[in-house]
Amino acid sequence: MTSVETPAVGLTHGASEDTGLGHRGPESKSIVVPYGFWLFVLSDMVLFSALFATYATLAHATDGGPTSNELFDRTLVAIETLALLFSSFVCGLAMIAARRRNLIWTQIWLLVTGLLGAIFLGIELYEFAMMIGEGAGPQRSAFLSAFFTLVGCHGAHVTAGLLWIGTMMAQFWAKGFQPHIMRRMMCLSIFWHALDIIWVAIFTIVYLMGTLP
Amino acid sequence: MFGRLTWEAIPLTQPIPLITSLVVIAAIAAAVVWVTVKGWWPYLWNEYITSTDHKRIGIMYFVLGLVMLVRGFADAIMMRAQQMIAVGSSQGYLPPEHYNQIFTAHGTIMIFFVAMPLVISFMNFVVPLQLGVRDVAFPTMNNVSFWLTASGVLLTNLSLFIGEYARTGWLGFPPLSEQQFSPGVGVDYYLVALQIAGVGTVLTAVNFVTTILKTRAPGMSYLRMPVFCWTTLASNLLILAAFPVLTATYAMLMLDRYLGFHFFTNDGGGNSMLYMNLIWVWGHPEVYILILPAFGIYSEVVSTFSGKPLFGYRSMVFATLAICIISFCVWLHHFFTMGAGADVNAIFGIASMIIAVPTGVKIFNWLFTMYGGRVRFNVPMYWTIGFMLTFVIGGLTGVLLAMPPVDFLVHNSLFLIAHFHQVIIGGVVFAIMAGYTYWFPKAFGFTLDERLGKMIFWCWFIGFHLAFMPLYVLGFWGGTRRLQHIADPSWQPWLDLAFVGALLIGLGIVLTVVQLLYSIRTRDRRRDTTGDPWDGRTLEWLTLSPPPHFNFAVLPDVHGEEAYWTRKQTALREEKLIEEPDYQAIEMPVNTPTGVIVAFFASLCGFAVIWYIWWLAILGLIGAFAVLVWYAWRDEHEHVIPADEVARLERERRRIRKEQIQTWPRPA
Repeated sequence: MTSVETPAVGLTHGASEDTGLGHRGPESKSIVVPYGFWLFVLSDMVLFSALFATYATLAHATDGGPTSNELFDRTLVAIETLALLFSSFVCGLAMIAARRRNLIWTQIWLLVTGLLGAIFLGIELYEFAMMIGEGAGPQRSAFLSAFFTLVGCHGAHVTAGLLWIGTMMAQFWAKGFQPHIMRRMMCLSIFWHALDIIWVAIFTIVYLMGTLP
Repeated sequence: MFGRLTWEAIPLTQPIPLITSLVVIAAIAAAVVWVTVKGWWPYLWNEYITSTDHKRIGIMYFVLGLVMLVRGFADAIMMRAQQMIAVGSSQGYLPPEHYNQIFTAHGTIMIFFVAMPLVISFMNFVVPLQLGVRDVAFPTMNNVSFWLTASGVLLTNLSLFIGEYARTGWLGFPPLSEQQFSPGVGVDYYLVALQIAGVGTVLTAVNFVTTILKTRAPGMSYLRMPVFCWTTLASNLLILAAFPVLTATYAMLMLDRYLGFHFFTNDGGGNSMLYMNLIWVWGHPEVYILILPAFGIYSEVVSTFSGKPLFGYRSMVFATLAICIISFCVWLHHFFTMGAGADVNAIFGIASMIIAVPTGVKIFNWLFTMYGGRVRFNVPMYWTIGFMLTFVIGGLTGVLLAMPPVDFLVHNSLFLIAHFHQVIIGGVVFAIMAGYTYWFPKAFGFTLDERLGKMIFWCWFIGFHLAFMPLYVLGFWGGTRRLQHIADPSWQPWLDLAFVGALLIGLGIVLTVVQLLYSIRTRDRRRDTTGDPWDGRTLEWLTLSPPPHFNFAVLPDVHGEEAYWTRKQTALREEKLIEEPDYQAIEMPVNTPTGVIVAFFASLCGFAVIWYIWWLAILGLIGAFAVLVWYAWRDEHEHVIPADEVARLERERRRIRKEQIQTWPRPA
């Protein structure tokens, strides 16, 4: 900001020119779109925080039913976690490939991301099915209601992510690397990484703390 | 095939809902016929329904809120009449199960579908203009947000014709709202409608936080933003952090009801007190989501009509942000009586009293803005002064309620009802009326009738005090809220008074419609030819009234606070406008029916979920997803307004402004 106009006559709140950001005018779309999407992801994390708070409150409300120590299998969850974290890494590779305008590798890495996500989801569903089979379904106790809702909500997000990955691949195939497609890819990658952050919290609070001796 | 839906759902045996339904259906049909006969559908479709223009969307939100105000008020007057009649031996005209639906609907509609849309309408209309930009950050999403809100409105009102509404009170506390005690569709209508509208509200918040933080005119640094933009920012940050909690809470209650989960049930280890905490973690910030933009409106009005910059601008900003943060630390004061213990109650009581401090700062700032100014007593100023008188009393009764020992005595009493109506009507509704009068000429190019405007003010001001001061008295006497029958005949005079007050408010609402029609008929007398009818200070008064689609031909270069005032005074002093710039073509987002179609499928899905019609619910979801993918596949994003057209419109504005410079008083 270089131009300094003479301060106006009359009452104003001073005319200092150095009040910080905003001198450049509106940001470009490549900034605005991911920024807005980040805000949405943050609000999504607030939603999870409500579910976490609920889980923490109800974790011991087992109503005489099974407790977390009896239900959770650390090995299974470890494989699940590895699949999801690795898929995040591959999603990063897809982003790099897209930046290099390499359609084949973008598609391959997106596909691998999706497959790893699907493995994660498969293990989760297997775990759910096992628990329900043992009579430890969400209707059994408040603890299990909270568990299935928290973990299931994350799973629902992964499902939505898979749907998005599929749509994204179709769009890359049909539209190529247009600017708005690239912005959407950026948002997808933010979304997918955010699911990791949530999962790390679930892994710690639900599974690790739930299987402490 | 149709789940729980049978012909039984139509209230053929209950005269009141039946007649109301018929009247509403007749009114809608008449409106549709009228629009069809006049051939207005293409205009409505292109200029409003599919519009991505923030100004048009703002107007749609306002109309929606106003229509719902009439619905919410109808509920109010029915309750007042029932309480006035059903004293002593009389049972009144509303059976308990119907009365309970009415107070639930009144609360839900007034907060979610009146106050929220009206406040959001001002954010939409005003914020991009005040920031000196051409639209919000995500114009299409803005349209989607509006239609999702409208979808919630549709489902809520549908409960009048098909089925029933919740009888649980406006926050649906369990265990009453659980399947065991509320097996009907009422609670499901309530939950589903608010979930859909809630998605729209969160998207609105994403939009406005991004708009304010990332898209402002060159030179518009944070501490040069008008206070309304600051309060909008704070309000939307609150939405972003509070509404997801509401979504999660309602989702858990739905899981309890639909799938037999045990979050809030009496059995299975459920904990209904958890619901109280969660819902008020949303509910208390919600109060500030509504009142902060209202404070912003008063700030703009008081500064404009006092002819002075706002006193203590920075303290106003800090007070706003302080309220924004503290509002998340007071939720427990809504249930001191739950038994969290003296220490917890004390902390939340003190926090609740602390939040009155920044609010007091604001009141003093407004008073000092008026002090020494040349105050012009136009209608917006009436509302502002009326607000200050009313709101201070409401604030004081709030501080009373913040003391746990006092709260134990008046918890859930009519005293509480009087308190929150005093801050919401005296705070939010008065601001909406002030803002409506203030920005109407900007939206439509002519002012509203002043004489009728003042009559409306007096109706509301006197009517409000007549209607709610008696409730303070009755509350002190031990009157609890939501009474369908009143046993003590000595309350009669106070209830009569309250009814008269409600009638006066009703007259105010009728006069608002009269004022609008009268002002439209006599608009040629009251044209705003300059774009600056109130001698304004912020950028929205720089453009013409109504503004062109693109708002500003060139984004204004902002120097100092009060961007427009500075520019205006410079022009008046130097007797010339700034140099004519090079006009360039402007790209504006194209219209899209995405919002209305997505909302159609959302409504379909919501209705299906309420009535357990699962195939239709899945169909609705697939439909909504398909529309979004279809939208994502579009190739045309923007239409271009050629430079010639921009230059033509802008030169016309400059011509008007040059004339203005000759006639307006010189700055001192």
